[in-house]
Amino acid sequence: MSGSVGIAENGPEQPKEFAFTAENLAKAKKIVAKYPSGRQQSAVMPLLDLAQRQSGNWLPRVAMDYVADMLGMPRIKAYEVATFYSMYNLKPVGKHFVQVCTTTPCWLVGSAGIVDACKKHLGIGLGETTADGKFTLIEVECLGACVNAPMAQINDDYYEDLTPQNTVKLLEALANGQPVTPGSQTGRRGAQASSGPTSLHAQAKAAGVGAQALAAGAED
Amino acid sequence: MPTLSINGISIEVAPGTSIIQACEQLGIEVPRFCYHERLSVPANCRMCLVEQKGAPKPVASCAMPCADKMEIFTDSELVHKARKGVMEFLLINHPLDCPICDQGGECDLQDQALGYGFDRGRYLENKRAVNEKYLGPLIKTFMTRCIQCTRCVRFADEIAGAPEIGLLGRNEMVEIGTYVESAITSELSGNLVDVCPVGALTSKPYAFAARPWELKKTDSIDVFDAVGCNIRIDARGPEVMRVLPRVNEDVNEEWIADKSRHAIDGLLLQRLDRPYVRKNGKLTAATWPEALAAIAARVKGVDGSKIAAIAGDMADAEALIALKDLMGALGSTNLECRQDGGRFDPANRAGYLFNSTIAGIDQADAFLIVGTNPRWEAPIINARIRKRFLTLRENFKAAVIGSNLDLTYPYEYLGAGPQTLADVAEGRHPFAEELKNAKNPMLILGSGAVARPDGAAIQALTGKIDVSREGWNGFNFLHRAAGRVGALDIGFVPGEGGRDLDGIFDGAGTGAIEIVYLLGADEIDMTKLGRAFVIYQGHHGDAGAHRADVILPGAAYTEKNATYVNTEGRAQIARLAVFPPGEAREDWKIVRALAETLGKTLPYDSLGQVRRRLADAAPVFLSVDSVTSAGPASFAAAGTVADMPFVMPIENYYMTDAISRASPTMAKCTEEFGVGGQSAIGQIGTGTHG
Repeated sequence: MSGSVGIAENGPEQPKEFAFTAENLAKAKKIVAKYPSGRQQSAVMPLLDLAQRQSGNWLPRVAMDYVADMLGMPRIKAYEVATFYSMYNLKPVGKHFVQVCTTTPCWLVGSAGIVDACKKHLGIGLGETTADGKFTLIEVECLGACVNAPMAQINDDYYEDLTPQNTVKLLEALANGQPVTPGSQTGRRGAQASSGPTSLHAQAKAAGVGAQALAAGAED
Repeated sequence: MPTLSINGISIEVAPGTSIIQACEQLGIEVPRFCYHERLSVPANCRMCLVEQKGAPKPVASCAMPCADKMEIFTDSELVHKARKGVMEFLLINHPLDCPICDQGGECDLQDQALGYGFDRGRYLENKRAVNEKYLGPLIKTFMTRCIQCTRCVRFADEIAGAPEIGLLGRNEMVEIGTYVESAITSELSGNLVDVCPVGALTSKPYAFAARPWELKKTDSIDVFDAVGCNIRIDARGPEVMRVLPRVNEDVNEEWIADKSRHAIDGLLLQRLDRPYVRKNGKLTAATWPEALAAIAARVKGVDGSKIAAIAGDMADAEALIALKDLMGALGSTNLECRQDGGRFDPANRAGYLFNSTIAGIDQADAFLIVGTNPRWEAPIINARIRKRFLTLRENFKAAVIGSNLDLTYPYEYLGAGPQTLADVAEGRHPFAEELKNAKNPMLILGSGAVARPDGAAIQALTGKIDVSREGWNGFNFLHRAAGRVGALDIGFVPGEGGRDLDGIFDGAGTGAIEIVYLLGADEIDMTKLGRAFVIYQGHHGDAGAHRADVILPGAAYTEKNATYVNTEGRAQIARLAVFPPGEAREDWKIVRALAETLGKTLPYDSLGQVRRRLADAAPVFLSVDSVTSAGPASFAAAGTVADMPFVMPIENYYMTDAISRASPTMAKCTEEFGVGGQSAIGQIGTGTHG
């Protein structure tokens, strides 16, 4: 493994300046106010997230500098945080940031096939962005949705119960700007067993839950 | 007071002592990489594991405080097994390149691998490699060797106050770096090399120059500022290869500034290695007898009042006393050691000393810094003040009158000139109240603040501020020149009817001064010496030598046994590490030889005799390495103060004297950080107060 953490000479073009929009500034102030005085630095993570959202899902150096200066902390401390957490992107990503989970539970039920389907459909490898800038594909460690494995996170939403086929459909819909439904792609509700409810029938009935609802799984 | 047993030996320690510290008190060695007694404790290398009876697993002794009835074992089978395991993990990604590593021979990892290393590797995968980082002209990186102990990060954060290095990334990809590939903007960055336990950070100017076992090590004293840092000079043959700090808790703890460490390559360049005499307007190489005869011919028949001597910043006490005695014998009282034009009463010893002592900073609770930039004028003292800030945090009170610069600790900026000082002195300013309420207030007056016509009045004005307490003298004068306090103690100042610096300049202009003897004085305006016959004694072909009519080649601080008195008034002895080049000689011997040629033979022939003469002249030279209190300072009111802002005397930290001006490394630093680089610091690193 070779590489370097830091601003690379051949890295992405870095914007020259960054400042929160008025709306985000108000949000940032609200976030900072949650922490006791003298502990404002604790707000670094939500503020970096806010900055990332504002700059198109990545964190240019100036944005990190801006957040660090705003919180009165050394800039290097913001870089440390931003490089530690994989949720901060230090270079630009596509409009749809596809993060396929390949940790053990997902892998056991076919995440390798999902990754392959994505690669093939998008024509890119892991860590790459499509030429039209619409998709970036990476593999990530466990995102904690193992019950509905295999799964992927695209921008803020989880897409679960993936198969190579429905993954391609999902990507096509995203590419065409059609609406997509986050959550299970097989119609499963929540995290109920794929074969329908298997226990507590009597209690559910006693609580007045209808048979149809039981079969479909209780709404929240 | 918890009492515990370590390897069956009972010991009582102060509350809060960690196990590793208790072990050290007993002389038991515990291997460590990340733990450093002057830095915070992260406990991330795990090398210092010890066994604690009753604990389910080995404990990290650096982070575990001692508790009553603890039973610790540092030499048990479990401990060895644990440390061997840690060592194996550390070596997984550490290259086995000791033969080509600059740290080889003085590497903690190498040494400890001898004790705890496995004789073969069980890791068959590829080792990771990490790209080099750019940390400036002084630090060479080899980041693949890094074991992520984070000592450098903590040093930069805590001691240097330049939080610019961090631990970036995560898991196997974690790296030490600056993220933005910029040089570390600290005058203490050279110490990063010392704190690094492996060969990841090494000295760039010293790269591949020597092995530690080839070097002759000489304990000495640093002369690039007036702190008097204790150093060790490592030399090979005639060349000083490097300078390292020596531990002295009362002075520099274990740090030295970058100029002290890296200006030494200037010792090889621009050297005066033979006498010169100006013939027909051109300096021509000469022999010692010719040079001395040329001086004798010129001095002959000249009245003593027409002769003057100016001592430079690096003049040692032995040379100063010899020159003073010679000038006395010639009948001259025109002596001046304050070549910056400083004006204060030299008879008042407490008025020109750092009376609280450097170690006293650890007791101080309020600071008033007047007309000085301690970060450049005395980086080690500045680091000590920062250390005090880290201890006191929100109770730390500091104020600055002068320039508003990043000093690595927070302070209240009061104003730029003496008017503000007068407000504080006369109690009109709110900060006067802070000083009044402080238990151990410290006032630090920079030497630059009195280097102006109303200097004495400014000194008297600061004297009005009450900073003395029972057993505490808070008046501190911060010098920049290593030789200054020694010269003042000897009395290398205008005598009865003698001329001071301006007087000498005036005299040289009108012809009232015919001969000027410069003892390593390069910082004066040479054009003001008029048509005077200039004798320059020194080691570098700098400003003084260019103006000189006769050059007497002297020895640099690494080339002579010499005494320096630091700004606290602590006499310390520098020792000869290498011989002066060519025909250059130890300075007091040159003066002694000249005196003989002039027929004014001085009454000493050996270093011992000179030092006895020194002790007669000033008792400070009797008690080497210690500070004797100068008593309370008292100042006579001396004129009025002009309303001119204080000017910081140092424009470029990296070039302040003949040696550093000749140093290629210091030239690189100047290029990197620029003249006046400190204001740039404010732009790059904010929030140095964390």
